[in-house]
Amino acid sequence: MSTLLELIGKVLVTGGAFFLVIGAIGMVRLPDFYSRTHAATKPDTLGIIMTMIGLALLVGPSTSSAKLLLIVLFVAVANPAAAHALGRAAVRAGLQPWTEETSPMRPVSTEQEESES
Amino acid sequence: MDLIEALVLVITLALLLPFYRVLRGPTVFDRMLGVSVIGTKTVVLICFAGVLYDRIDMFVDIAVAYGMLNFIGVIVVSKYLDRTRGEVEG
Repeated sequence: MSTLLELIGKVLVTGGAFFLVIGAIGMVRLPDFYSRTHAATKPDTLGIIMTMIGLALLVGPSTSSAKLLLIVLFVAVANPAAAHALGRAAVRAGLQPWTEETSPMRPVSTEQEESES
Repeated sequence: MDLIEALVLVITLALLLPFYRVLRGPTVFDRMLGVSVIGTKTVVLICFAGVLYDRIDMFVDIAVAYGMLNFIGVIVVSKYLDRTRGEVEG
């Protein structure tokens, strides 16, 4: 029984670390601030929830695992709230979202088509 | 705990990507978002360190305090930027 719990814990910890890495990659790959809030919030929150529950399973029932679950509750509330506050500040500061027109990586072919029409 | 050591290595390397966003981010909001992501991953790293050193009872308290400080810091800076209608560039 304990080996099964350890296996589930290891799988959860590995999957959570995978999502944390995905969130880190999204911070570099996504084009503008508003899409990067997506990469900063959702994969990170899922990753920290999975790693903390997995660590709580690995540690076993104790005060420490209860505190790990407390971290899960806190992060699930705090992480989206922080990203939302930053996004609202950006909107009020007048930061323009990334669109096809404002993209610096605009392909050359579409520009030619639009100039012809 | 070989698995935990490998995951610590992977997450530490992945921390370089949001750090790049903190250094090069075109706006101040990008930088603050990168700081928030680094803080979230550091909470996980602290808990992993607790398992590695077999002192999870001490390290989990540090992780709770670090997560709260990270949240309060981001909220305070975003409120400041909200009030000053922050400069979009830089």
